[in-house]
Amino acid sequence: MNIILFAQIVVFTFITIVTFFFFFKRSKAVYRNIMLGKSANISGSKVARIKNMLLIAFGQKKMFKNPLVAVLHIAIYVAFVITQIELIEIFIDGYSGHHRLIYHAIEHASVLRSLYVVGVNTIEVLSVLAFIATIIFLSRRNLLKLPRLNMAELNGWAKLDANLILCFEIYLIICIFSMNAADTALHFNKTGSGYGFMLSGMIAKMIYLLPHKVLVVWERLGWWGHIAGVLAFMLYLPSSKHLHILLAFPNTYFARLQPKGTLSNLASVTKEIQLMMNPETAYAPSATAAEPERFGAKDIQDLSWKNLLDAMSCTECGRCTAACPANLTGKLLSPRKIMMNTRDRMEEVGRNMDANDGKFIDDGKSLIENGYISVEELRACTTCNACVEECPIMINPLDIIIELRRSLILEDSNSPEEWNGMFANIENNAAPWQFSQQDRLNWADEK
Amino acid sequence: MEELKQVKTMAEMQAEGANPEILFWVGCAGSFDARAIKVTRAFTKILQHLNINFAVLGKEEGCTGDPAKRAGNELAYQMAATTNIEILNAYQVKKIVTTCPHCFNILKNEYPELGGHYDVIHHSQYLQELIDAGKVTLKDGGAFKGKRITFHDSCYMGRANDVYEAPREVIEILDAALVEMKKSKKNGMCCGAGGAQMFKEDEPGDQRINTLRTEQALETNPDIIAVSCPFCMTMMSDGVKGKEKQDTIKVFDLAEMIAHGQGLDSIL
Repeated sequence: MNIILFAQIVVFTFITIVTFFFFFKRSKAVYRNIMLGKSANISGSKVARIKNMLLIAFGQKKMFKNPLVAVLHIAIYVAFVITQIELIEIFIDGYSGHHRLIYHAIEHASVLRSLYVVGVNTIEVLSVLAFIATIIFLSRRNLLKLPRLNMAELNGWAKLDANLILCFEIYLIICIFSMNAADTALHFNKTGSGYGFMLSGMIAKMIYLLPHKVLVVWERLGWWGHIAGVLAFMLYLPSSKHLHILLAFPNTYFARLQPKGTLSNLASVTKEIQLMMNPETAYAPSATAAEPERFGAKDIQDLSWKNLLDAMSCTECGRCTAACPANLTGKLLSPRKIMMNTRDRMEEVGRNMDANDGKFIDDGKSLIENGYISVEELRACTTCNACVEECPIMINPLDIIIELRRSLILEDSNSPEEWNGMFANIENNAAPWQFSQQDRLNWADEK
Repeated sequence: MEELKQVKTMAEMQAEGANPEILFWVGCAGSFDARAIKVTRAFTKILQHLNINFAVLGKEEGCTGDPAKRAGNELAYQMAATTNIEILNAYQVKKIVTTCPHCFNILKNEYPELGGHYDVIHHSQYLQELIDAGKVTLKDGGAFKGKRITFHDSCYMGRANDVYEAPREVIEILDAALVEMKKSKKNGMCCGAGGAQMFKEDEPGDQRINTLRTEQALETNPDIIAVSCPFCMTMMSDGVKGKEKQDTIKVFDLAEMIAHGQGLDSIL
């Protein structure tokens, strides 16, 4: 074994182990952050959940509201998934020091070899489609300036994150074609025939006359570039909005099955009311003398883990915000920003815990105000469910808005004067306006 | 045009030993808002005309708590809900029809957890059932002929409960031209009243939500904007007034148009 090959195996083994180590470490942190939330009420049939996951996450059903975009998105997604098959051989070659071990093992079994060639050809066709889609997506973001992809809330990291991922996709596609084309040229020069890869074969025809050494280096650059890219992507993923490629699956599985209009009943309030109505039980020792639960949510720990999973799954596409009636009429509210702020605060709490041996030390902040979600934003929501309907992976921003509204009213008595009047009317005369309950049937007498 | 006959309450029915087949939940807007009262009366006339055995709660009805709950005041909501559920359960109410999507949603989806289990139906669905059963026949079928009607989906019937076809099928028997707005059904836009917005000023912005929604409705060049919610009614009527189109474009509830078609009411 020559020294260069040996060095390659050592480097490959080292960087893959290091990458996987850090990937798992960061994934664990993401999981820990999601689990900072309270328990979530996940009810309803598993069959319906699996159906949602298959149709909406795997099948991307809701993307088809705009069929052209759906097809482009699917091209990138399928290319990404299918390319991982080629990765199997890359890993085997990387650890063993062989070259296209699978291909050579099945070279003389015609059926298997044909399957291999068909597989690589599929990857190449999909990669070209993904390349075109990526260019279109980059143009839509940066040249056509689609409004929902160019709002102020995306300035900075969010815009960079989106463009980085798209550029990354292009980089990976270039690597794959470099690898396959230079390799085909080398194979041709050695054996007089190619592998049967259509698209990279065409490139090989243009470059096979290049000096042998150039082709070898070209192939190695493509191979190493591809695997290094994939490993870097793994490290990048947990801190990127791109996490949706994984979290879309659990998120659609755990999404609520009830009609969208259903809001949860706050159990702590139900308990309070029972105590009020049956005072004799009020002094009975409570079986669970735990700390009284907060009414609604002020910070991420008061939200459910499903709310937090929603936030981590959000890919900031902004379909919710583009459909939000408050946002469309110039109000501050943007459902996407609700999700982004929730995620940012989760990460801040996570960093706080990391710095304090896994315990959260009160930093005097919360998800409301503090540069996160303002009261004005929360006040602008009409609870119309347009954001919930729009989300391609069943994220529910409304649920978070309602939880935050609850703590504003019930914990902080922070309510507009007009709402206080409405509450008082409901409590005193059983209508949101100041009409007497005694007059409720007057409509039947009027002529 | 028919006069409204006497409307019986659950208490009166019970005193007579009678058992109404369905409770008409009128709602606060339907009881007190001048415009919504017209819808309440039109729907009542339809029920009376078809000899449907129904009652109302009258003075025993109270706000469902929807605006309080959506504003975040769960306490006020659950107090209201608990009181209502006690009354509804005391009368052993099984089936409820309501002309308000907000009452519909909360009675149907949120009361069960607090012990209130009822078969709840919105008047658009009830009218559709009556039409399908052949019970609603239009006397003056031509009244709406050739009129362009656009239907504004209420969020609480539409996205909240996935009811999109019932109101459209009701409009269909009017023999008018149903013209859809660009944003309709699942993509319909809110009128701006939900989430307790009805009870406060808009947050600062460029435009009122009902103005934008009205503009979307006007794009269809309608004669009538049809609604199925008292709050949408207020918002869309205000929007039309804001555009100074109230003389040429009318905002009607489904019940009013059916009652007119049956010759029970006169709105045109």
